[in-house]
Amino acid sequence: MEIENRPDVYSGRELDRAEGAEIERMRGAITQPLPEPSDWIDEEEIKKNILLTTVEKMVHWGRHYSTWPVNFGLACCAFEMISLAASRFDLSRFGMELLRASPRQADLMIVAGTVTWKMAPTVRRIYDQMADPKWVLAMGVCAISGGTFRESYSVVPGVNCIIPVDVYVPGCPPRPEALMYGLMKLHDKVTSEDVTHSLKIPLITTGKRAKI
Amino acid sequence: MELTELRTEPFVLNVGPHHPSTHGVFRMKVTLDGEVVVDVEPMFGYLHRGIEKLAEGRTYTQNIPLTDRLDYLASMTDNWAYVLSVEKLAGIPVPERAEYLRVIVGEMMRISSHLLATGFLINELGAFFTPLMYMYREREKILDLFDMLCGQRLTYNYMRVGGVSHDAPPEFWPAVKRFIQEMPSYIDEYEQLISGNEIVLARTKGVGVLSRDLAINSSASGPFLRASGVDWDLRRDDTYSIYNRFKFDIPVGAAGDVYDRYMCRVQEMRQSCRIVAQALEGIPKGEVRTPAPHLIRPPVGEVYGHIEAPRGELGFYLVSDNSIAPYRFHVRPSTLINLTTLRDLTIGWKLADLIVIFGSVDVVLGEIDR
Amino acid sequence: MTVALWGKGVADEISKRIPGSVASSDDNNVVVSGDMLFAVAEFLKTSEFAMDYLANLTSVDYLDYFEIVYHLVSLKRNHRITLKTRVYDREKPAVASVVPLWRGADLQEREVYDLMGIAFEGHPNLKRIFLWNGYPGHPLRRDYL
Repeated sequence: MEIENRPDVYSGRELDRAEGAEIERMRGAITQPLPEPSDWIDEEEIKKNILLTTVEKMVHWGRHYSTWPVNFGLACCAFEMISLAASRFDLSRFGMELLRASPRQADLMIVAGTVTWKMAPTVRRIYDQMADPKWVLAMGVCAISGGTFRESYSVVPGVNCIIPVDVYVPGCPPRPEALMYGLMKLHDKVTSEDVTHSLKIPLITTGKRAKI
Repeated sequence: MELTELRTEPFVLNVGPHHPSTHGVFRMKVTLDGEVVVDVEPMFGYLHRGIEKLAEGRTYTQNIPLTDRLDYLASMTDNWAYVLSVEKLAGIPVPERAEYLRVIVGEMMRISSHLLATGFLINELGAFFTPLMYMYREREKILDLFDMLCGQRLTYNYMRVGGVSHDAPPEFWPAVKRFIQEMPSYIDEYEQLISGNEIVLARTKGVGVLSRDLAINSSASGPFLRASGVDWDLRRDDTYSIYNRFKFDIPVGAAGDVYDRYMCRVQEMRQSCRIVAQALEGIPKGEVRTPAPHLIRPPVGEVYGHIEAPRGELGFYLVSDNSIAPYRFHVRPSTLINLTTLRDLTIGWKLADLIVIFGSVDVVLGEIDR
Repeated sequence: MTVALWGKGVADEISKRIPGSVASSDDNNVVVSGDMLFAVAEFLKTSEFAMDYLANLTSVDYLDYFEIVYHLVSLKRNHRITLKTRVYDREKPAVASVVPLWRGADLQEREVYDLMGIAFEGHPNLKRIFLWNGYPGHPLRRDYL
């Protein structure tokens, strides 16, 4: 395309002229109203272009491809979790790079590190503040069973004493690839459970914290 | 028309244990007057795992993995401080090659730890994750080297009483050499991004100043102390291992503000590269571990062994009663003691500055709470 | 290289200035009696020993007595000494606080109080630091189960 022949599109007069030409063209071409869509849309075309699925599959697709974790790193395992979110073992390809600070906006709680009795009420409170549906992943042996600190006087022997856990990822600390495998298992769990599953779990707390 | 006087009331805010910028489970009760900090009360103990009590029930060698989990971002130096103390107590010598290996991994650990410290500090200034991504790139290289060496990325358990646990594989040496040759250019890249940046300068120069006398009086150590103008580094002043064979400088700050602490850490990274380069040239062949008994029984006595860990002076006070387990195992936590003056540093500054000043102290909760 | 001062020599100096304070001494340690602790610590800080840096403060439970250990360093003169004191009371052990001399003792004394149960008189804010309010007992004692 030659530069000399290209119209000067930044000139105001040219713009006016182009607009006027367009309006005249439409006025000349339109002689009768357009037909209704149902007259000309072809049934066969539609069948090729619309996907039919179950509500369940849609919900599962939405849920497991954007499970936002809440930022809950307690000890050493937190750094393997952050390494997972960094650029080498990219967590963003699963839609999970947003480690939300607020539990209200999160779906998944990755308990990474040792839970002590002093921290236990906070763990419980953050879990309660998360909205349904929610899942918990216990990362590292300290969160699974107390780990190497199990006999200590101030360590909770496993975070499942306080909150219900869906997936356990052992290791001290588990490599980021191991945590990713655990997350894949969690995705499998999310896609295999009933959509109304979380409504059927008896509410462990109804705002009264004295139960635990 | 008169101007009505504005009456303000102080407001207590809980910067709770679960918070994105408190480097772990650390809680502060901050009393604010508007945005200005009036009082800060730090509260510890949310990660208190009772390591000191647990260590009294394990043998000396079984305690080495327990020390890994103290300052989990610099596990090699934790191990080193502990085995150094046990060797002093029991009188076990260390072969030359093991000393060189210890210095090489110790200084690489220092680089990795300072990368994280700097990255998270700039993170707190608001540059969300960008400099941290760059620094993670280098840190992953260091962790790969450690993976090659001892199989672990974070908690190594590499040192033993009397040496290190095993020798490095042959592919380790060219990889370290290449890394050390490239690292100074990466540090130049970070400095170009950060050190002259006007937002960083405006938010860190003159902020959180710790005076020289207060720093000494409050037992601060590490880059936190040196930024305030105190020229005290255990590698030179109370030398241990083979540090007296290497030539390196100790960066000392002048003003004691956040910017000086950041610059101290960056310069220390450069000096660590120098030390590793010298160690790589001089490393002799030989065994890497003195045969020590499996269950070590040191004679009755006590020892205080300390090293210059990346965060400060990490010390172990061990008391032995000639049995296979220590009678008393006490960790001198460098970061807990550095936090003694948190209140003095932050009063009068705004809440956002509080987060930055706290980030410049560079804490790891595992070492504070043990 | 930090020189470890000879304990007996330091003990002699202290006894000259503050007679009756030193209970015993050996090559590395100086043991002083509990009530003279503050005076001895002040002497070590302000005299030509110039112990301006408290490196470590900890406590050990030897079942007959508690021993509180201070590792003091002089940054100016580059030497160090270990100061100890013993408390024989197991019900309510107490000793003077050195926070007015060295601010760095603040959090370390709170830790000793929390885990060993030794109270420090004169401490500005003596309360539990790691364990929570209402925790029964002091875990680091040897007779804690």
